[in-house]
Amino acid sequence: MEMAAQPSDTLATLKTESETLKTKLEEERAKLHDVELHQVAEKTEALGQFIMKTRRTLKGHGNKVLCLDWCKDKRRIVSSSQDGKVIVWDAFTTNKEHAVTMPCTWVMACAYAPSGCAVACGGLDNKCSVYPLSLDKNENLAAKKKSVAMHTNYLSACCFTNSDMQILTSSGDGTCALWDVESGQMLQSFHGHAADVLCLDLAPSETGNTFVSGGCDKKSCVWDMRTGQCVQSFETHESDINSVRYYPSGDAFASGSDDATCRLYDLRADREVAIYSKESIIFGASSVDFSLSGRLLFGGYNDYTINVWDVLKGTRVSILFGHENRVSTLRISPDGTAFCSGSWDHTLRVWA
Amino acid sequence: MTIKTLSQHGVQRQQMPCLTKMERMIISMQDPDMGIKLRNQRLLITVIPHAMTGADIFEWLIKKFSISDEEALHIGQIFVKYGYIYPLKEPRNLILKVDNSPYRFQTPYYWMSTRWPASELDYAIYLAKKNIRKQGELIEYEKECYNALHKRINHTWDFVVMQAREQLRASKQRRKADRIVLECQEQAYWLVNRPPPGTLDNIDHGPERRTTNTRVQLNADFYKKEIEHNRISLARNRVKSSICLESYVKYCEQYQPHDPIMQGCLPSNPWITDDIMFWNMNCETVSVPTKLRVERWSFSFMELLSDPVGRKEFLTYLEKEFSAENLCFWQACEDVRHGETSKIPGKVDEVYKQFLAPGASRWVNIDSKTMEKTLEGFKRPHRFVLDDAQMHIYFLMKKDSYPRYLKSDLYKNLLARAVVPQETKKSVLPFIHRQRHSSPSPALATQAAEDDGKTKNSNSFKSNSGTASRL
Repeated sequence: MEMAAQPSDTLATLKTESETLKTKLEEERAKLHDVELHQVAEKTEALGQFIMKTRRTLKGHGNKVLCLDWCKDKRRIVSSSQDGKVIVWDAFTTNKEHAVTMPCTWVMACAYAPSGCAVACGGLDNKCSVYPLSLDKNENLAAKKKSVAMHTNYLSACCFTNSDMQILTSSGDGTCALWDVESGQMLQSFHGHAADVLCLDLAPSETGNTFVSGGCDKKSCVWDMRTGQCVQSFETHESDINSVRYYPSGDAFASGSDDATCRLYDLRADREVAIYSKESIIFGASSVDFSLSGRLLFGGYNDYTINVWDVLKGTRVSILFGHENRVSTLRISPDGTAFCSGSWDHTLRVWA
Repeated sequence: MTIKTLSQHGVQRQQMPCLTKMERMIISMQDPDMGIKLRNQRLLITVIPHAMTGADIFEWLIKKFSISDEEALHIGQIFVKYGYIYPLKEPRNLILKVDNSPYRFQTPYYWMSTRWPASELDYAIYLAKKNIRKQGELIEYEKECYNALHKRINHTWDFVVMQAREQLRASKQRRKADRIVLECQEQAYWLVNRPPPGTLDNIDHGPERRTTNTRVQLNADFYKKEIEHNRISLARNRVKSSICLESYVKYCEQYQPHDPIMQGCLPSNPWITDDIMFWNMNCETVSVPTKLRVERWSFSFMELLSDPVGRKEFLTYLEKEFSAENLCFWQACEDVRHGETSKIPGKVDEVYKQFLAPGASRWVNIDSKTMEKTLEGFKRPHRFVLDDAQMHIYFLMKKDSYPRYLKSDLYKNLLARAVVPQETKKSVLPFIHRQRHSSPSPALATQAAEDDGKTKNSNSFKSNSGTASRL
């Protein structure tokens, strides 16, 4: 390896080399692209009239709702907000069951443990903490709090892997990490993003060893959880990627971005295969999720609306109004009977 | 306010995509041929040029984007909220009225992308002008801002007043129509950039994001890694798009009957009818599963394994075939992979004794190469040490036992016995809601376990389910 006389030359050369390879990669990826998704989907029946309404409104947060997650029991939800509050709801009855006040504001990430016995959350405190859920009214949940993850910048997303024992996190410090809950030890770290990582999602695959992340560098990366290596990456968005979610089969994932588009990437074809956008949609998509069959893609947007896309045909099926400020988070329920959206208007809505 | 904590470049970069799009739309709205027809509007006794009505904007949007009334109104509102269009009548009310209320396009000088963030100095001059022009014209919150500014930038206050006087003098020399337009433009700008308390703050964007992240060093190492990654990616095996995309069509088709949002669910969707029968009939411990559920086990091996009822049925089948140890082994490996780090050595040891050691009670058949590799890994047991062995057994079950299970009498009989629920209709009388019953919290499980025989499990269950739903 030759050492150039000036370090800045080497850096510029390396950067150019990387860019050249990226261009070549896109060319290679295009070679096997012999048909568009909507063409393949021509024979599929078009979707009829689509009616979804708000069935529950969860009021109780005193400030912007930033994140939500469903419990495996299909009816409970944990949500976090700008004022530091994390609330666990029985969304079906709209009752609040637990509340925790975090020592920081902007709790941007929260997750329900698979057992339903704990929640994880974090934000501007740069940490991810786990709170076991106690039913004792007099017990202060904060007392049993366990600090698990430590990043050097804000926590943007967290999720439990297949058990209560490990947590995956993404952070404004540009990295993702896997943590052991019991010891707080970092099991693996994931480096490769060039800027803040904003979102992540675990793959529903048989082998259960990969996850995808998206960031402010407009890149989405697929990672091997065992080795820490970036397995695949895609760079076709034109702005920050706010949300990534796997297609139910695990063969693809969708991303929502500030460039006002949602895109679908196929992992076997190794390329972007669909763009969901409309001239009249101006604001970024903050959060995306698929319906159970993967036919519908729900996107929460910064213009207060939710757009529903036909994944196969690439068309917009419906636009849902109701929130009075940005939609910041959106998740389908575990059995696909409804989805919940959280907004800067302080409320959560369950739609079905 | 948020302005102070956000760097100019930071938020501008964040805002740029939507602002650029909005501005492009605004420009096309003003296109002499394809844009909105502008005309003179009468405002009391003055005639304002280049104005349009709210209805004009609304209709143009519908036509241009082929969208519904609701969406057109929504987009129109955004333009007014962000100050690209401002109302001439009731200028303090930044909403779009779809009637003949007059509106005007904001001058690019005041666009969000050009003049952002708004400077304190400019705001002080604006308020000073208002104050000088007519005593008591400042509204309550403006008075507060004015006083606060006076304190904060006291050292330049003379300059502020001087500028205000100068601008007022210059405006007196303009035609009345021009003066009114300029005042409206300026007012609209400040309503957007210094919104009155209680109104939506459109500039609020949340914590800062940085594209040039100081914590990620974009140094030689970073690029070397990227180059390596790109090289490997180039050599990757890819599948033709036609094959990949066809699989989505198939998947969506296969799962459509199971997708409650697409096709409804029986007896009914709990969120719509308030009836939780659907959840009761599909819970983890049900004795007779539904037909759809049993059918789903035939979609993939993973579907069978991830359903606790399916897994139990499969175990029963394997027991008949004397190969139940395979599933047990697989489960034990899962437990190692996802359990506490500290328990790994102990668990691995147990797995070895039960499944892998020569003469083990539940010995599993793994090929010698994998066995060798696994045993080698046992010297320093880690979370993934059983992965290869687990994979081997998993694919053994998937290729052999699973297809035979689906053809077995056990499966076929269960499918025949499986329930197809009757549809429950929504309540006929729309105002009478079904009572929404609470359910025992999953957190109950640990509570009961912790109450070390203080009370019997069943009793604590009864007493706790009452308080579970109250904070």
